[in-house]
Amino acid sequence: MEKLLEINNLNVVYYTDESVVHALNDFSLEVMKGETLGLVGETGAGKTTMALSTLRLLPEQVGKITGGTICYRGMDILNAGKKQLRDLRGAEISMIFQDPMTSLNPVMTVGDQIKEVLDLHFPDMQPREKNQKVDDILKLVGIAPERKDQFPHQFSGGMKQRVVIAMALIAEPKLLLADEPTTALDVTIQAQILALMKELKEKFDSAMVLITHDLGIVAEFCDRIAVIYAGTVIESGTVEQVFSQTKNHPYTAGLFRCIPDLTTTAKRLTPIPGYMADPSNLPEGCKFAERCKNCQERCRKEEPPMNEAEPGHFIKCFMPEKGGMTNE
Amino acid sequence: MTKKKNRNQTSPGAKKSKWALVWIRFRKNKLAMVGLTVLVILLLAALLAPLYIDYSQATKQSIREAFEPPSSRHLFGTDQYGRDLFARIIYGGRISLFAGLVTMGIAFLCGITLGGSAGFFGGRTDTIIMRFCDVLMSVPGILLSMSIVAALGQGLIKMLIALSVSQIPRQARTARASVMTLRNQEFIEAARCCGTSNRRILFKHIIPNVLGPLIVGVMMGLGGTILQIASLGFLGIGIAPPTPEWGTIISENQNNLMYYPHLGIIPGVFIMIAVLSLNFVGDGLRDALDPKMKN
Repeated sequence: MEKLLEINNLNVVYYTDESVVHALNDFSLEVMKGETLGLVGETGAGKTTMALSTLRLLPEQVGKITGGTICYRGMDILNAGKKQLRDLRGAEISMIFQDPMTSLNPVMTVGDQIKEVLDLHFPDMQPREKNQKVDDILKLVGIAPERKDQFPHQFSGGMKQRVVIAMALIAEPKLLLADEPTTALDVTIQAQILALMKELKEKFDSAMVLITHDLGIVAEFCDRIAVIYAGTVIESGTVEQVFSQTKNHPYTAGLFRCIPDLTTTAKRLTPIPGYMADPSNLPEGCKFAERCKNCQERCRKEEPPMNEAEPGHFIKCFMPEKGGMTNE
Repeated sequence: MTKKKNRNQTSPGAKKSKWALVWIRFRKNKLAMVGLTVLVILLLAALLAPLYIDYSQATKQSIREAFEPPSSRHLFGTDQYGRDLFARIIYGGRISLFAGLVTMGIAFLCGITLGGSAGFFGGRTDTIIMRFCDVLMSVPGILLSMSIVAALGQGLIKMLIALSVSQIPRQARTARASVMTLRNQEFIEAARCCGTSNRRILFKHIIPNVLGPLIVGVMMGLGGTILQIASLGFLGIGIAPPTPEWGTIISENQNNLMYYPHLGIIPGVFIMIAVLSLNFVGDGLRDALDPKMKN
């Protein structure tokens, strides 16, 4: 399969007044053509930072890429020119934001906003053809094309997210970065929107990175999963490999234990003790050591490598074979 | 009923341009409509003045007719030189309103460009532009205008430049503040994600969003400018004396206000009506430019 996006040892830091926050540390990830990759991690793990870095949209002056490479279909994104980046954004890689309420311009009609993407990337297209495309994409996302002259505040949250999806897809990008696209929506709408995204992604043959903290969504919609902790991928593999729970990183195993199980009678869920390592003051060695039950002397000193526990299933732990041993 | 009407106007399929929608919303604001009507009447009266009253009436002196009370011959009476007050006010309106509008137009365009860029790009651009504005603002507005007129020389166009320059920093400051609150909104980031260039984001996404609050500031400034023109006229460096202008009219008559108060009150009322109407229109425009307005 063709590699679409390849991120290698990416390091991103944010500068604050008091400290330097290490948001991504030697972050590596590959996205294949046409696949759906679930990127899972808790708040502050670096999920959004990864998406913004890919588009080179980190907040200026605050965020800085200090090392590594990002390669999109042979193009070196970190050394690309402004014009190249603008052509990339929206046409090749597009992004869907978490909150549809704030990701649309309140004083522009939704039709104009969708059409703007075409204006930017297809300046030679005839106005009539543009309008036709806008109507088509609105139909595809389930909005009556007659509503294109309305303003965002006249739409409900779920409808707005559909508009955002239409904007993201109208130029038929090869890669879609969906940053918690359904977190701001209620559960019934969530399922609809995700199903819609999956359908359209297949229609346009795009790959998708679905950023979420909901393992259920990953199991349902993704082909592969990457678990990220303190700015690093600590486990990646196919959904089957990771969800079979035979071999897991202790952190992933902990996440699974936080999911309520209907078949057992448990009074309480078992949360992972402690908090995520402070990204402005990361410990040496394994970043998860503090919270790991199987932590050993070595874990606190050396950083574990990415070990291949089974073909295509990588675990960043010294004991990948016994990775799931916390499931005693 | 209004609710139903509202829904019809924005119903699907209703193909209306953005400005048509703005006009529909503006029309619903009664106060703004009153202000607009008054302004249009004032402007028309001033523009069409030569059709019904001769300019010489406003400048021709005849001491014998001095201080005549209002009558059918002299609608607002005459001043100390026997000049017809009505004619002076109408012709004065041409200068006051025109100069005010042009000044604010220039100040608004320069202010939104400077302040908008400062707020949007931040960093060094922001520092340079805003420190420049700070310098201008540290000098009292009227003093600044005076020095510019003194440097350039007297005359209508020079006065317009002087007044605009003293207004620009204030406009730039408001524009900058509004742009800065918008700059970090998610939809701006979303626009960037679609490959929109900085300039396009500034002009297509940010400025339309800040237009509403800025217009109110401009309308308020317009009233202030009309008063400043008057001050300059009073100081003798604005419009040269025989030419009528609202502020000059009041200052000319100030020695006689004790006995002939109408000579000050009538032009004062005109200034007040004009400024008030401008403020109403400004308020109405702000609301009309915001598509979220409910009624």
